[in-house]
Amino acid sequence: MSHLKNLTLKVWRQSGPKDAGRFETHEVAEISDEASFLELLDVLNEQLINENKEAVVFDHDCREGICGTCSLMINGVAHGPQRATTTCQLHMRSFKSNDTIVVEPWRAAAFPIIKDLMVDRSPFDRIIESGGYITAVTGGAPDGNLIAVPKPVSDAAMDSAQCIGCGACVAACPNGAASLFTGAKIAHLNRLPQGQPERYQRTEAMVEKMDEYFGSCTNHGECSAACPKEISVDVIALMNKDYRASKFKSRKEISRD
Amino acid sequence: MTYTFDSKVPAGALADKWDNYKQDAKLVNPNNKRKFKIIVVGTGLAGASAAATLAELGYQVDAFTFHDSPRRAHSIAAQGGINAAKNYQGDGDSVNRLFTDTIKGGDFRSREANVHRLAQVSVDIIDQMVAQGVPFAREYGGLLDNRSFGGAQVSRTFYARGQTGQQLLIGAYQQMARQVGLGGVRLFNRTELIDTVVVDGRCAGIVVRDLLTGEIQSHAAHAVVLATGGYGNVFFLSTNAMNCNVTAAWRAHRRGAMFANPCYTQIHPTCIPQADETQSKLTLMSESLRNDGRVWVPQSPSDNRPADQIPESERDYFLERLYPSYGNLAPRDISSRAAKRLVDKGQGIGPLKNGVNLDFAAAIERLGLDVVKERYGNLFEMYERIAGEDPYKTPMRIYPATHYTMGGLWVDYELMTNIPGLYAAGEANFSDHGANRLGASALMQGLADGYFVLPSTISSGLAPLLGKTMPSIDHPAFKEAEQLAKDRYSGYLNTKGKRSPDWFHRELGKIIWNQCGMERTKEGLQQALSDLPALYNEFQTDLRVTGTGETTNQTLEKAGRVDDFFQLGMAMCQDALTREESCGAHFRSEYQTPEGEAQRDDEKFCHVAAFEWTGDPMNPKRNVEELVFETAHLATRSYK
Repeated sequence: MSHLKNLTLKVWRQSGPKDAGRFETHEVAEISDEASFLELLDVLNEQLINENKEAVVFDHDCREGICGTCSLMINGVAHGPQRATTTCQLHMRSFKSNDTIVVEPWRAAAFPIIKDLMVDRSPFDRIIESGGYITAVTGGAPDGNLIAVPKPVSDAAMDSAQCIGCGACVAACPNGAASLFTGAKIAHLNRLPQGQPERYQRTEAMVEKMDEYFGSCTNHGECSAACPKEISVDVIALMNKDYRASKFKSRKEISRD
Repeated sequence: MTYTFDSKVPAGALADKWDNYKQDAKLVNPNNKRKFKIIVVGTGLAGASAAATLAELGYQVDAFTFHDSPRRAHSIAAQGGINAAKNYQGDGDSVNRLFTDTIKGGDFRSREANVHRLAQVSVDIIDQMVAQGVPFAREYGGLLDNRSFGGAQVSRTFYARGQTGQQLLIGAYQQMARQVGLGGVRLFNRTELIDTVVVDGRCAGIVVRDLLTGEIQSHAAHAVVLATGGYGNVFFLSTNAMNCNVTAAWRAHRRGAMFANPCYTQIHPTCIPQADETQSKLTLMSESLRNDGRVWVPQSPSDNRPADQIPESERDYFLERLYPSYGNLAPRDISSRAAKRLVDKGQGIGPLKNGVNLDFAAAIERLGLDVVKERYGNLFEMYERIAGEDPYKTPMRIYPATHYTMGGLWVDYELMTNIPGLYAAGEANFSDHGANRLGASALMQGLADGYFVLPSTISSGLAPLLGKTMPSIDHPAFKEAEQLAKDRYSGYLNTKGKRSPDWFHRELGKIIWNQCGMERTKEGLQQALSDLPALYNEFQTDLRVTGTGETTNQTLEKAGRVDDFFQLGMAMCQDALTREESCGAHFRSEYQTPEGEAQRDDEKFCHVAAFEWTGDPMNPKRNVEELVFETAHLATRSYK
């Protein structure tokens, strides 16, 4: 264990959604390289409270990389410099003494700032509510082994089901698009046999809800590079394919009337 | 006067009780269900599944979470799996075997009827979750895969890689989200429960605080379900998420709900040890690592050489030495205590000498690097990310940490607390795990309560209310509770002392961990009970909360939670002191067998201790629900 000394933190402060906001500069004299990035903010907040100042507001919870609550643009990069790592799992050994670190909230029009580094990610919930589920009312389920699911299919569904809903994909996207998030859920459910009955209806509803809030995807791929769970951009292709198919399907259904 | 508990366990043979209950339960007509409002607080496995199912049935549901989204609840962090008596492997599993394992695992301190029901509905949970699209691990033939887990001799654990909790929570969250979309559930996020309101002995609703505006609001309902998780964060350092707290359960307790067995807290043996003073939480490494890792410390406390330079003859493989038959797979509590004793003697390893080695060198030699990588690759990566060391080359450093709390709000067979209309589900109640929970059983209980138990039991309490007028939020009891909540939060802001809530939380955690942690003694607990009121007094006079109460203020939120942890901590120590026996995770040094195992005293303590709030946190009233074992045989728990 060693210690980092003389860190300068430029932290975004904004008292509320309507405030213009500004950077505030603070020094942290010393911190262990074993500390996580959020523990650096804990130390800063202890310092601020000691100085009788208001602590910096930031979202965080499990601190083991799975709940998706933490966020932060660190030196302009979503979740900081380490690949496939959430901010809570980023440790100070990724930095060195005398570094200046710029800390900002997620940058995206669909995620308005609530206060300081905390943003409102509820549009993600709205997308799931519009169709990100399999309708399976409690009580009527058949035996779990009734439908065999080929292992590769189940594994592929699991790959996209790993999304933690943190929003890094949106924050990293130059268009503020949510295609990776939406595509991951569609790919999870549309791949499984249990997801087939609602496949096209789900895709259409979720994509259209997504378009209400988020920008359009232009295949930059920044989302996948920022994703702490390394979800592949392939899910976007699958979403687009199913969306196109859903439009043809509904046209067919209409023409039948 | 002693309180008499009515556990409402239905008549009949153990295996028939749940069916008998459902046959006799009062129902609410589908057209009438929409006339009832049910509040669900907490949106983890138990809360989300309850909210979704109750809304599907037709009740009006209001769901509350302090998170930004229901999907953040800490159920998400469970790694290992979920048990179910499916017997898909044909290895002799049955509902009865799961029941017996759970009763024995809980060291005969849980209620038979509740545990048996849990084992029964476990089977339905898997079907339900598969239908919802949970991508459980599968065999190449496409059928569901199982693995084995501690405390069982069959393979009954279903899993989704190392993220079973995540996949199950997302499944339940999606079911609830569907109901939000359909209008069956109204979702209140970033809203924290501050108080429960009781009118004429019945729960009438809750008082909440909007975490964005600080506004205090009341919500009235016909029934309130608390699915607000456990209280492991009383230790400050635990594997719980940062925001897990006891406030909802504790505030209900202060309104008359009994708090059962607070001293039953579980320690998990394989967590990454504390690295420095700024550490905010501990991370668990899956217990499965002990299948191939060997646990050791240097024989000499002054040995500071790197692990690979310490010869075999100077190492102490203490689990293999002390428990030759189980070795590195000794049960959670026993392995934890063995590690603690050596670290206390100064034989710990690492820069702070606060861990023990979990060494894979022998496994790599025996199985080859590729096999070890395939089995544990993702865990090794996670360890390296946190500890900055490569476990393929250097042994992992591990140490026990608080993980789960078996104690919680007292509930009857219907999951109702002793306050009519107030229910508790999941980790927030005390019902199924006794004094110790088996691995992969927490997810099972959360989903059993939310999907299958509550939706069947809640109608019995609601049916008699049809056509009756319930107290509205204009009732004086709501107004009084709102005023109390406002005063409480302005009190924290106006104390204007010198110490932050985090500082107090850390100090509180040290007392609880040292005296009411893995190993407890009479002297230690008495010491804690003299230290706690002193520190609490300091908290009340020297607390500093900066900022205001009108916008998001996490320091203020923390102050309220730490306040409740203090009071809970006192009850925990009282409970641990009064329970003069060792059982499951509650280990009193004075009561152990010559081999160092927990020694129960079934004559005096075969009961649930349920604490009643008296107004003074240092003097709660201890009530007793006797435990009767009709089917399981009281026996000494032995895994030899």
